[in-house]
Amino acid sequence: MNDACFQLKGSAVTAIVLELYRPDSEGFRQQLSAKVEQAPALFEQSPVVISLEKLEGECQPDQLTALIRSCEDVGLKPMALKLTDEQQALASAVSLPRVPLSGSSRSSEASAPQLAAVAEPEVVVERVVEKVVERVVEEKLVQRPSKIISRPVRSGQQVYAEGADLIILAPVSEGAEVLADGSVHVYGPLRGRALAGVKGDTSARIFCQSLEAELVSIAGNFKLSDALHGERWKATAHVSLQDDQLNITPL
Amino acid sequence: MAKIIVVTSGKGGVGKTTSSAAISTGLAQRGHKTVVIDFDVGLRNLDLIMGCERRVVYDFVNVINGEATLNQALIKDKRNENLYILPASQTRDKDALTEEGVQNVLNELSREFEFIICDSPAGIERGAQMALYFADAAIVTTNPEVSSVRDSDRILGILQSKSRRAESGEAPVEEHLLLTRYNPERVEAGEMLSVADVEDILAVPLLGVIPESQAVLKASNQGVPVILDAESDAGQAYADAVSRLLGEEREHRFLEVQKKKGFLSRLLGGK
Ligand SMILES: Nc1ncnc2c1ncn2[C@@H]1O[C@H](COP(=O)(O)OP(=O)(O)O)[C@@H](O)[C@H]1O
Ligand SMILES: [Mg+2]
Repeated sequence: MNDACFQLKGSAVTAIVLELYRPDSEGFRQQLSAKVEQAPALFEQSPVVISLEKLEGECQPDQLTALIRSCEDVGLKPMALKLTDEQQALASAVSLPRVPLSGSSRSSEASAPQLAAVAEPEVVVERVVEKVVERVVEEKLVQRPSKIISRPVRSGQQVYAEGADLIILAPVSEGAEVLADGSVHVYGPLRGRALAGVKGDTSARIFCQSLEAELVSIAGNFKLSDALHGERWKATAHVSLQDDQLNITPL
Repeated sequence: MAKIIVVTSGKGGVGKTTSSAAISTGLAQRGHKTVVIDFDVGLRNLDLIMGCERRVVYDFVNVINGEATLNQALIKDKRNENLYILPASQTRDKDALTEEGVQNVLNELSREFEFIICDSPAGIERGAQMALYFADAAIVTTNPEVSSVRDSDRILGILQSKSRRAESGEAPVEEHLLLTRYNPERVEAGEMLSVADVEDILAVPLLGVIPESQAVLKASNQGVPVILDAESDAGQAYADAVSRLLGEEREHRFLEVQKKKGFLSRLLGGK
């Protein structure tokens, strides 16, 4: 049996590397918040390595302390510093460990293989972080909040929920048109035209309290009011697409 | 600050001018300083219904163009000191109404009056849009027939998307439905939509139902707003509508087919 309390292992930990160019506290704070706002979930509680490798000019210990505080304020967890030899005094001043630099200093270090293992993935990590940020930002665009309309949609009006569901808590008049990239929900009578999945989402649906529509369409497959008369006319309806056919069932 | 109320419909001939004259007179009767403006440039007839056509010297367009002051153009009603009429021009077209010009006139009137009633022309073009653009409230005048209801629906959409209130994101224009030329016999015969049908389609609170009435024609021929014919069904229905506009509760009347009059009352010439 193994009664050891722990084991020491070498490992590459993924971390965000923050490369500092200028120690301008106010500008730093603003730009960082803006960045974090793009993908708050990604940065929440993330370990971050602050690199002063590319710093132009000098950074005083109290400036660095302010920057670290700004990071903490937006939820980042500074865990180490990357410093040149001239900057190394800063590490003890702010009580953070110093990790090796990624560039020239690495090759000059003696214990090359292990350090390379740390340094190498880190370059990758930086790229990955960029990608993840992109992806998170993209996902945010796709999952827009539903568009909610609480006043009647009148004849001649058109309401479109781009990249989202459309929820209407009022009547949709004859001669009005409601469209969504996602699903369409109508809690008043649906008397106009309702088009779900207008960018081709075949899983989009239409839900309504009273089906009196001029047209319903999902991903371009539509039925006109004449064809709807037999099916759940003036009753609750759930319209979905199955094998290119509109399927209308009770809610 | 005055409350600006547009009487509008989309469709022509539904009773906008009749209603504008009756409601502005009713508000003045109840002690509110009121001005009624004819926006139907080129087809003026509010002055005829109000019985002041012979006193028109300057008009709305003259004021907008700076050819007359507002005080020169306003006509004081001969029956009620709280009521003024701003007539339309008969010789210009609706392009004479500029947004800035209309706004200036309304601003000036706002300082003196409690209510500004705007009698809209038909259609959804410039004239109608100018009449409704600055409105705080709208009286959507509708006849109980499908085409009129559809046009009213359209106007309601314009009110909630193209009015000043909609564009500036302020509280939306207050909506009132006025059902005019209502004929219970024809509703019963299935030739006209019922009050319930229209309310269901438009989903707007009902301000009043004005019955189809001989009194309206008689009143407009005499140049007397029908609300002053207090004996008539239409006059009473307009008085009720004015009360509701002022926030009072009134039961809706004249919705049912009236019982056939007896031989005697017909002989005596009841209304
Ligand atoms: N309640 C009513 N009963 C009978 N006739 C009416 C009624 N309301 C309006 N009318 C008539 O309908 C016609 C159009 O009315 P008007 O007020 O000029 O409409 P608009 O201003 O909407 O064009 C006029 O001849 C008017 O006398
Ligand atoms: Mg008119």
